[in-house]
Amino acid sequence: MIPEIGHFALIVALCMALVQGTLPLVGAARGIPRWMALARPVAQGQFVFVAISFICLTYAFIHSDFSVLYVAEHSNADLPLIYRIAGVWGGHEGSLLLWILMLTIWMLAVTVFSRHLPEEMVARVLGVMGLVAVGFNSFILFTSDPFERLLPAAASGQDLNPLLQDPGLAIHPPMLYMGYVGFSVAFAFAIAALLGGKLDATWARWSRPWTTVAWMFLTCGIALGSWWSYYELGWGGWWFWDPVENASFMPWLVGTALIHSLAVTEKRGSFKSWTVLLAIFAFSLSLLGTFLVRSGVLTSVHSFASDPKRGLFILIFLVVVVGSSLMLYAWRAPKVGLGGSFALLSRESLLLANNVLFTTAAGTVLLGTLAPLIVDALVAVGILGPTNKISVGAPYFNLVFVPIMAVAIFFLGVGPVAKWKKAELPELAARGRWAGISAVIVAVIMPFLLGHWSWLVSLGILMAFWIIFTVGHSLWERLHRSRSDRGWWGRFAGLPKSFLGMQLAHFGVAIFILGVTVIGGYETGKDVKMDIGDTVEVGGYTFRFDGVMDTSGPNYQASRGIIKVFKDGLPVMELNPEKRVYHVQRQPTTEAAIDSGFFRHLFVALGEPVGNGSWSVRVYYKPLVSWIWLGCVLMALGGLLAISDRRYRTLARKQREMLLSGAEQKLPGAHPNPAMTRAEVKS
Amino acid sequence: MKPRHKRLTFILVGLAGVAVAAGLVLNAFRGNITFAFSPSEVVAGKVPHGSNFRLGGLVEKGSLERENDGLTVHFVVTDLAQNVKVTYKGILPDLFKEGTGAVSLGKMGPDGVFHAQEVLAKHDEKYMPPEVARALKEAKKDKTKGMPVTMNEGGGNL
Repeated sequence: MIPEIGHFALIVALCMALVQGTLPLVGAARGIPRWMALARPVAQGQFVFVAISFICLTYAFIHSDFSVLYVAEHSNADLPLIYRIAGVWGGHEGSLLLWILMLTIWMLAVTVFSRHLPEEMVARVLGVMGLVAVGFNSFILFTSDPFERLLPAAASGQDLNPLLQDPGLAIHPPMLYMGYVGFSVAFAFAIAALLGGKLDATWARWSRPWTTVAWMFLTCGIALGSWWSYYELGWGGWWFWDPVENASFMPWLVGTALIHSLAVTEKRGSFKSWTVLLAIFAFSLSLLGTFLVRSGVLTSVHSFASDPKRGLFILIFLVVVVGSSLMLYAWRAPKVGLGGSFALLSRESLLLANNVLFTTAAGTVLLGTLAPLIVDALVAVGILGPTNKISVGAPYFNLVFVPIMAVAIFFLGVGPVAKWKKAELPELAARGRWAGISAVIVAVIMPFLLGHWSWLVSLGILMAFWIIFTVGHSLWERLHRSRSDRGWWGRFAGLPKSFLGMQLAHFGVAIFILGVTVIGGYETGKDVKMDIGDTVEVGGYTFRFDGVMDTSGPNYQASRGIIKVFKDGLPVMELNPEKRVYHVQRQPTTEAAIDSGFFRHLFVALGEPVGNGSWSVRVYYKPLVSWIWLGCVLMALGGLLAISDRRYRTLARKQREMLLSGAEQKLPGAHPNPAMTRAEVKS
Repeated sequence: MKPRHKRLTFILVGLAGVAVAAGLVLNAFRGNITFAFSPSEVVAGKVPHGSNFRLGGLVEKGSLERENDGLTVHFVVTDLAQNVKVTYKGILPDLFKEGTGAVSLGKMGPDGVFHAQEVLAKHDEKYMPPEVARALKEAKKDKTKGMPVTMNEGGGNL
């Protein structure tokens, strides 16, 4: 009965989405207030029904209702409760339900936090999101129904994929989807602005916090996924340029460009059409990501066994969304007009460089990811002769991505100190001089201190310290110029949050680069066969293998390795990597044992038993690896800090009257604009 | 600077950027695209000499042998028509199993054995890598009709 309720709730939600996707839009176009007013209650209702549906599926999982096919395929009565819940999104159907749940959560958020927006805008934004919901909801109902019954019911379930039975993976998809789907808000704002023909700084200011929040979730989601693959796949890599990773990374790159472009649109009114285009791309790439993951067209470690019908549905949906929004764009964008003009060297032009670089990077990742598909397609239509399946390896991405980002990092140091409209080269050079010189000195010396010198390491350190020094320099300048007499801490606390947020996020980039660089240059490790009592030296530590013992968990049997670690002859710890075999799927999984320190990880994983009690063992010393994720967390926190800026709250109150009076710039009482240059503050 | 000149400069800088990016992409593509070949194609000598490629197929049952160092393994990859011997030094992925699909990246040695630098198996045991599915399909097509080929792994994604 419960699954039927879930199914029915989903059908009701689809009907509400249909209403939400049509009437408010028509109402906004024709000026019918009652139709526009429908948007909020219908969106909230849709949230309620999708939530009911989601709860029903969760209930079926918790109570191991194996008369539901999806539950029987992805759960088991022996599964611990947390994984029975995480099992809801452990497969295709449920993860789509999660997708749509996230979408309705975002809609709900829009209905709550949009009181200061004009009614037409709300109607259009929610209308567009309603259309997206129609697409995904019918995708679920017509091709991937999670509530399909299995009669007679299975006696026991096929269990959740053992690799997914992990706390990291329990929260990774919700985070990632929150980010993916969050770009639908930015997208909806962009389309709403195109429909309404009103694309201005006010629009950018509305859409900016939404984009930042989505970007934060996506950042955390990607970082979590990377962390998960680091410790769960047993080979200690943190990024593989796997198509599915790329699928989440491309929207992130474009989203990052979008955040920066929105800054220009908000402050200066420029880049308007470009910003809209980026918003469309960011969401389209999220959809493309979903298509790539769900359709199974690409070889990937994540691919689900899947049904071509589903891939086709998403492909059509993708074409409709991208096609119609680009058409709308082509029709409306020429009327948008240009914003303020700017000189060849100005903060605008530097942010433009950031945008171009990030979109280029996204483009090259896209090309590398889709190349196998493109070749297949060219063969299919006869442009290329018959050829074998190709694949593009990780070196391609590193070779292309690193140089592009190196240039972007250079601009990252300069951009925040350049003036809007027109910057002077001598002044920029003067301000960046010390940061640049110090960074070069550190980059030359530090690799020697770390062990050995190499170009790549030196370049990485140069980039990281270039950021650190420029961030430090602008903070110092700000504090110095602040007229507050509340002491240094008071001055620091008095700095605008969005300024601090930006600096924190940029500092996070530096930490991330340091992690990547140091682990790339100084990681050491070995795959060895170890008999009982054998030792191996890695990174100044001695690892002694004391055999394995059998152990068992709630739903698995495991061989647990006993590895004692010594430093300078003294025992420092014991590591217990496991090789687990889960009862149902009989698939072995590797649980690496990691001693996580701030400056280094010791990573030990069991390979296979190779006779007489000996095992093949993988032992790594990974310096600074945790900084990779720390950097991502700092970036996300930077975003959080930026949206907590006072001007958004002041704005919320003042917006309506400002709109009525037609003036949108220079709010009285708003905080001094953080990104505003000295020139403007002076003038 | 006149607006026209400014626009021109922006366009030129942009074009230069695109050219550099395209150069990077082409350069990176040249060295890092690998082709997939099936055991039948390898045996027929279709693989360019000395090139890296991906060998897809099933790991033949009972073919896995391990040397005394505990790390070097030998196994046979088959598309049910032809076989290729593979040697690999390192820890095999968890999902590597005899009788299931695997993709190995490496090159043919002078000894006629495929030397793998990397062996991939997939997350989901229900999923078959396209390379493997294709190798099996091609081999099946080439064989005389009437010889049943069991594909119990169900390469449904082609």
